[in-house]
Amino acid sequence: MFDDFFIRALVAGIGIAMVAGPLGCFVIWRRMAYFGDTMAHSALLGVALSLLLELNLVVSVFIVASVVSLLLLFLQKRGALSTDALLGILSHSALSIGLVIVAFMTWVRIDLVGFLFGDILAVSEADIDIIWGGGILVIFALVYLWRPLLASTVNPELAEAEGLKPERARLFFMLLMALVIAIAMKIVGILLITSLLIIPAATSRRFAGSPEIMAVLASLIGALAVAGGLFGSLHFDTPSGPSIVVAALALFVLSLLPIGRRLESASHSSHGGHP
Amino acid sequence: MLNYRSPETKPLVSLSNTGVRRNGRWLVRGVEFSISRGEIVTLIGPNGSGKSTTAKAAIGVLKPDEGHVERIAGLRVGYVPQKLAIDWTLPLTVERLMTLTGPLKGLEIEEALAATGMLHMAKAEVQHLSGGEFQRALLARAIARKPDLLVLDEPVQGVDFSGEIALYELIKQIRNRTGCGILLISHDLHIVMAETDTVVCLNGHVCCRGTPQAVSRSPEYLKLFGRRAAGALAVYSHHHDHTHLPDGRVLHADGSITESCFPGDGHHHHHDEAVDVHDHDPDCGCGHHTRLQGFEKAEKRDV
Repeated sequence: MFDDFFIRALVAGIGIAMVAGPLGCFVIWRRMAYFGDTMAHSALLGVALSLLLELNLVVSVFIVASVVSLLLLFLQKRGALSTDALLGILSHSALSIGLVIVAFMTWVRIDLVGFLFGDILAVSEADIDIIWGGGILVIFALVYLWRPLLASTVNPELAEAEGLKPERARLFFMLLMALVIAIAMKIVGILLITSLLIIPAATSRRFAGSPEIMAVLASLIGALAVAGGLFGSLHFDTPSGPSIVVAALALFVLSLLPIGRRLESASHSSHGGHP
Repeated sequence: MLNYRSPETKPLVSLSNTGVRRNGRWLVRGVEFSISRGEIVTLIGPNGSGKSTTAKAAIGVLKPDEGHVERIAGLRVGYVPQKLAIDWTLPLTVERLMTLTGPLKGLEIEEALAATGMLHMAKAEVQHLSGGEFQRALLARAIARKPDLLVLDEPVQGVDFSGEIALYELIKQIRNRTGCGILLISHDLHIVMAETDTVVCLNGHVCCRGTPQAVSRSPEYLKLFGRRAAGALAVYSHHHDHTHLPDGRVLHADGSITESCFPGDGHHHHHDEAVDVHDHDPDCGCGHHTRLQGFEKAEKRDV
């Protein structure tokens, strides 16, 4: 009943939502939303370089996003400017350099809107392989890194003092983010990737009693948003990326309704009656 | 009675002439002390005197830029940091906090929570705890992993006076029961935990060191703090040979003023360095002597 491209987009989108959930939880716990944005924006530079140097798109975006995050770490250590300002500089300059390079390549026809906002028509079977292959890799890595990542989210020095390696966990976390951005780009687009990380995670917070439950819930809510957004996109003929984000937002707003509060207060009163 | 002190073993951690520098400034310099099993060392000093820095250097969170820090192999540390802000978006119950850095058995979690009086709060979210409850939850987490060395960075902050005494009682019990070494950081310059074996007073360097005097021996303090406090608190009297001026410079007992103060600056004796430019009387009260005396005392007691 659906066209092949739609099924492909659905399978790919749900694959992305699965990894975006837990990763997005860390993004909001660590207050790294703007950092995720910066990495995502630099993806356009990755796209431009992939066209210029005829590299694989996912590999190229992954490398550029990783380099930008390492550059940020380096600049943060030097401490000349605040992280905010550094992110602003890196984010928009990477995006702009990408756009300028694309403009110079007059021999390449490129669907810029598709890259910026996602394009369900662009999802091929090879993309699905990459998304699910990469996604499973990310999930395994997250399970392996869970304890050091969570401990260093609470306090990096505490993690370090008690024998976990927070710096290494942070580095891997950034590489995982770069990887997810690289594989998620086609579905939601460069400008909207962070929202797929953040909105489902924020939605799940109210219903979660532990970090692990929140991560799983975020995955499920993200998958629901992807499905809803893609159906909406098909029905109303709207761009896929923004439709998914609107669906995620709708779920978030639903979670704010009184029914959410009742659930929350019910779970609180079972917490030993603390005021 | 103090059989948990094993004199033949090496100290858990020993710092020798340790200094940490950040952005061209020495946060702390020339620190020497060691912590053995069953020993309680209290670091005191004003804000910005390098107490936390010293503690972090001792447990390996900060690498010293000068001197050495020696830790026994496989040292298991339980750490309660000074500041810990957990984002509201992280759903974390007291129970889940306990296994933050390593897996624990259910019984171990229960024991630690019971010891700190937090068992009834096991299911509460940490963001909803009061200052004192949060400190006790953090302490429970640190002791649940049965550390060799417990590092407590201002554990009594945000705790009222009777809570402070209760916490010190608890720390004492932990030491007596588990025989771990304890490095305690206190912002209070004069009142320290009574069980403290060595007090190290820092202000960018070791200003003085020694043992506290029991409150119970001083009737004035006893009147001031009450009988219950007398068992937990002690008074530490400082013997400084120099004054820290408001601009960060140091006025020495010999009247000279230097930019900073550390063992090798020429205003303190050093037994193996010929850097002295002037003679000191042996009883000049110089911080360096005090430090050495404290050190020898500590060594004597250990053997």
